[in-house]
Amino acid sequence: MIRPSRNHPGFWAFVAHRVSGVALALFLPLHFLALGLALESDAALDRFLSAADNPVFKIAEWGLVVLLTVHLCAGLRVMALEFLPWRDSRKGLIGLGAVTAVAVGAIFLLRVG
Amino acid sequence: MTAARDERERLSVEVWRGRDEGRFETFAVPHRANQTVLDVVTWIQRHAAPALAYRFACRVGVCGSCAMTVNGRPRWTCRTHVSKVAGADRRLRIEPLRNLPRIKDLAVDLTPFFEKWQRAQGRFTPTRNRADPLAPVSPESPARKAADAGIECINCAVCHAACDVVGWDPDYLGPAALNRAWTLVNDERDGDRRGVLQAAAAGGGCHSCHTHGSCVEHCPVGLNPTAGIAGLKRRSLLDLVGSGLP
Amino acid sequence: MSPARLYLLQRATALILAPLVLVHLGLILIAVEGGLTAAEILGRTRGSVGWAAFYGLFVLAAAIHAPIGLRNVIHEHTSWRGRSLGFATIALGLLLAGLGARAVIAVVAVP
Repeated sequence: MIRPSRNHPGFWAFVAHRVSGVALALFLPLHFLALGLALESDAALDRFLSAADNPVFKIAEWGLVVLLTVHLCAGLRVMALEFLPWRDSRKGLIGLGAVTAVAVGAIFLLRVG
Repeated sequence: MTAARDERERLSVEVWRGRDEGRFETFAVPHRANQTVLDVVTWIQRHAAPALAYRFACRVGVCGSCAMTVNGRPRWTCRTHVSKVAGADRRLRIEPLRNLPRIKDLAVDLTPFFEKWQRAQGRFTPTRNRADPLAPVSPESPARKAADAGIECINCAVCHAACDVVGWDPDYLGPAALNRAWTLVNDERDGDRRGVLQAAAAGGGCHSCHTHGSCVEHCPVGLNPTAGIAGLKRRSLLDLVGSGLP
Repeated sequence: MSPARLYLLQRATALILAPLVLVHLGLILIAVEGGLTAAEILGRTRGSVGWAAFYGLFVLAAAIHAPIGLRNVIHEHTSWRGRSLGFATIALGLLLAGLGARAVIAVVAVP
């Protein structure tokens, strides 16, 4: 149950920022290991890339791209609130970030399809 | 006419009884026009449950002692009208504030709240005595305006109860103490502004804030502690590179 | 390390990462069409000083940014505190920097 006192856009922006951050941090070592396959040979990297060329991996990739956009937008919002001379919470920035993430996700799906 | 109709209407009010272990007790309270949540609690104590513990003093939104959790949100009960918080079903659920030790029923122990206030050095350090002339302070200076923006805090602890980081990290000073520190950092009459800044930037200080803005959402007097805490973060960076405060 | 220093590192790396992530996202959206091949990736990066600097900076900033963020998460949602958490943060940073540097070398070094 989400407490009523939490249920406002600023809290949800924080949740999105935190969840995306943790997910990206956990993914990062795997990303580095996959690219490291090129040390072995070009063919090793190609074998991985073709193994990854299936719907499950594509959905995971799509998720990571969306999470990266979410984390970027949420982080820019926090820094704007911290470093720009605004006294209100600029909730419009949260909507803008959400729209950006949806748009990037949609472009990814259109191009991959 | 309306008053007569209101007399017959009843609010269904669940009130927390006990300390950490306890239960909700339900009371049927007459619904009146222009009734505050504090009026409801007082009615219950006078007519139904004389042993009910709660705290209030001024009843007009100045003293900051009557804050409680009303239908899940921290609120100043003396200035919260029942019509604003009870839905069409006329239900209220009244609990003590979160993030503070409970004493009994609706009363919480505010000691940790004020201890954090002190840890943030939320107290004025004078530089003059009564024989000295008054300090000339321009109300137009940016620093004074920043201080003025946060100075009306009534110490009600609503922001402290609303803050998620306070709940997660017992060391976190919380929005009220940091807001007070920010007003002092901007008070040119204070004799130890750098000390205040360093107290507010120590472990559990301003950098623990994640800008959820729950304090801003719930502050009954419309302050913006998040903006003040952001100011402390910026000043702490300046202090780090050696150009903070005198 | 003081909270102010950790905060400075976190925000400074965030400012560095923001434009890098924008370029990275743009590249992903361009490259994803028609599937990825090693030749496509390595053809762009191998022997390129520019991409080496880009990804080198990216890895360094991320290796500082991510552990500090995870440290905050752990601090707030678990009871893990103190020196061991500090060492774990540094260890994760070194691990990410090491794996990241290896990945950068893998894609930019000419075999």
